[in-house]
Order: sequence, then structure tokens, then C-alpha cells
Amino acid sequence: MKMKFSIYRYNPDTDTKPRMQDYELEVEEGSDMMVLDALLALKEQDSTLAFRRSCREGVCGSDGLNMNGKNGLACITPLSALKGNTVVIRPLPGLPVIRDLVVDMAQFYRQYEKVRPYLINNDEPPAREHLQSPEDRSKLDGLYECILCACCSTSCPSFWWNPDKFVGPSGLLQAYRFLIDSRDTETQSRLADLDDAYSVFRCRGIMNCVDVCPKGLNPTQAIGHIRSMLLKQGV
Amino acid sequence: MVTSATSLGRSGLHDWIIQRITAVVLAAYVIYFLGFIFSAEVIEFSVWKHLFSQVWFKVFSLLALASIVFHAWIGMWIVSTDYIKPTGIRLVFQAFVILFCFACLIWGAQILWGV
Ligand code: SF4
Ligand code: SF4
Ligand code: FES
Repeated sequence: MKMKFSIYRYNPDTDTKPRMQDYELEVEEGSDMMVLDALLALKEQDSTLAFRRSCREGVCGSDGLNMNGKNGLACITPLSALKGNTVVIRPLPGLPVIRDLVVDMAQFYRQYEKVRPYLINNDEPPAREHLQSPEDRSKLDGLYECILCACCSTSCPSFWWNPDKFVGPSGLLQAYRFLIDSRDTETQSRLADLDDAYSVFRCRGIMNCVDVCPKGLNPTQAIGHIRSMLLKQGV
Repeated sequence: MVTSATSLGRSGLHDWIIQRITAVVLAAYVIYFLGFIFSAEVIEFSVWKHLFSQVWFKVFSLLALASIVFHAWIGMWIVSTDYIKPTGIRLVFQAFVILFCFACLIWGAQILWGV
């Protein structure tokens, strides 16, 4: 069975603007290929095609792409999940394109950095380790699994309009992961850092982030929890 | 922490709460107003005049007007910071919205207490 692909191409050294290039690939009947495998096969036809990948099993978060209009990881998206007779592949929306499907993630990481994504504990260090009850530990479930693939933030209109000011769903999920951690002692200053008109409150509850997260996480819910924490503290 | 000088509230939470409370006031006003229109047998000048001559209704109306003004300020501020990128045009737009809102509030108060 022949499958058609339309792929976003842009090489800053030779192109003045991006274009869509058509490809065809022979896919064995009944085989359910992943988009990443199809891209690798296409790269054998055309070695100039650039994209990122590493683990090819949905763990490293490096192959976030926009496939038929929806963000996801190419390595765990089967071709059969994409409707229509042509598969359209573009880079993640809203980030500067370096080349073809490779985007510049600097803005995304800057927001991540802003939320201080590490445990801060200013108490006397314990003799062995900071202990946590199973209940407190379970509060981190659904938060720590994020692989920073940026599928969510780059599908969020609020992040498109203000990527320098709105932390975005991925960063806020991480912010909540440390806000709710019983071992962290910087809860107050973390909240104070987020209480402006953009960082958290630019989330308009559109829920694109929940729709695309390949790990099935729920940033909107985490953002709601942060808002409640701010509310509790502020009234 | 991102600073903003032309927003109504002093923090994201402040704006957010004002937006929610003003929405409740507006909903209450609209519901009361519709109830009044549908339950009135005749609606003519004297009925309107009576409604608007009661002090509590003047206060309620002014509260609703203030709610529209604050709600609009916050809402338009958010829209402008999403969609208007050039600083100059953004500032002019925000200043226009804020002044227009205040003008409406003063004008509205004058009309209400003129009844
Ligand atoms: S719910 Fe909030 S963070 Fe998620 S996509 Fe919508 S606006 Fe963005
Ligand atoms: S929340 Fe989900 S979509 Fe967003 S970066 Fe993490 S794993 Fe990716
Ligand atoms: S290649 Fe690692 S997540 Fe897809």
C-alpha cells in the first residue's frame, strides 16, 4: 500500500521560506508502522530531511511533532491513528524552526527553569534522607511522569501569544509538582513568583494540553490546583 | 514574576477574583431585569420611572455598571496583551479602554441619579 506524506521543509542556508514537500512510502499491508519509522524510511529516500529522535519508545520526549494537525510523539503514534489519505507532518507550532522538523526549544526551557524545577529544603539536613509518607508521595503521581516533550505548551494558544511570560502547561505541571511536595520548604516563595497576570492566570482552560499529552497527564488540573493554592493564600 | 502596569488588579489573582465577582453581579442584574420585564403587565414610562426612582435599584444598577466597567477593563487588557504586539499601539488601546470605561461610569451615575 502506498502512503502519501506532506512534510514541512525549511533549510535556513538555502531557503527563503518554508515549503511542504510530498513523499510516498510503500507500507506493508496490515503492518502498523509508527510515524517515526515512516520518517526514518523517508530519510533513506531523502537524506536531507531533518528531525529529532532518540529512544523511539515514548520516553525521551525528543520527537514531538505536529501530525495531521495534532501534536504528539512520532515514535508512539501509529500511522493508522491518522485519518485521511495524506499524512501532514509539521514541526511543533509556535517555536522558531531551526531546520525542517527541528525546533528551537529555548523558550520552552526558559519557562521550565523559571519554576525552579528542583527540591528546595532549607531545614537542617537530616542524618540520612528526607522521608515522605506513601500518601504524600502519591500526590506526585501524574506530575513527575512529564518528559518535557513540549507537545502541550506548543498546542496552547496562550503560550503561542506570550511564550516569554506565560509559563505554559508543562512548566506549570512541574511547578505544582514541587509546590505539593511535602519535603519542599519554598512553597510560599514559589507561589509568590507565580502570582502575576501572566505566569499562571493566562491559562484560559482551553485544555488543548490535556488533549495532546502523550503521557496522559493533566496540566489543566494542576493549574487549577495552583490557582486554589494562590486563592487560599490570598483571601 | 511578570510586572504589568496597566492592568486593573495588582496581581493575577486580584484580576481573577474581580473578574469572577463582577460576573456574578452582572448575572444577578440580568436575571432580575429579565424577571422584571417578563412579570410586568404593562411596560410604560411610569413603570420605568418607578423602578429607577427606588434608591436600592439605583445602587444595584450602578453596581452592575461598575461591574461591566471593571470586567471590560480586565477582559480588554487581556485581549490587548494577547493580540497587540507593538508597545505603542497597545498602550494607546489600553489607555482608550480605561478612559472610556471611566467616562461611561461617570455618565451612567449621572443618568441614574437624574431620574
Ligand atoms: S488549559 Fe490552559 S495551559 Fe492547557 S492548553 Fe488551555 S490555556 Fe493552555
Ligand atoms: S505534560 Fe505531557 S505533553 Fe506536556 S511536556 Fe509533559 S509529557 Fe509532554
Ligand atoms: S523518540 Fe523518544 S519519545 Fe519519541
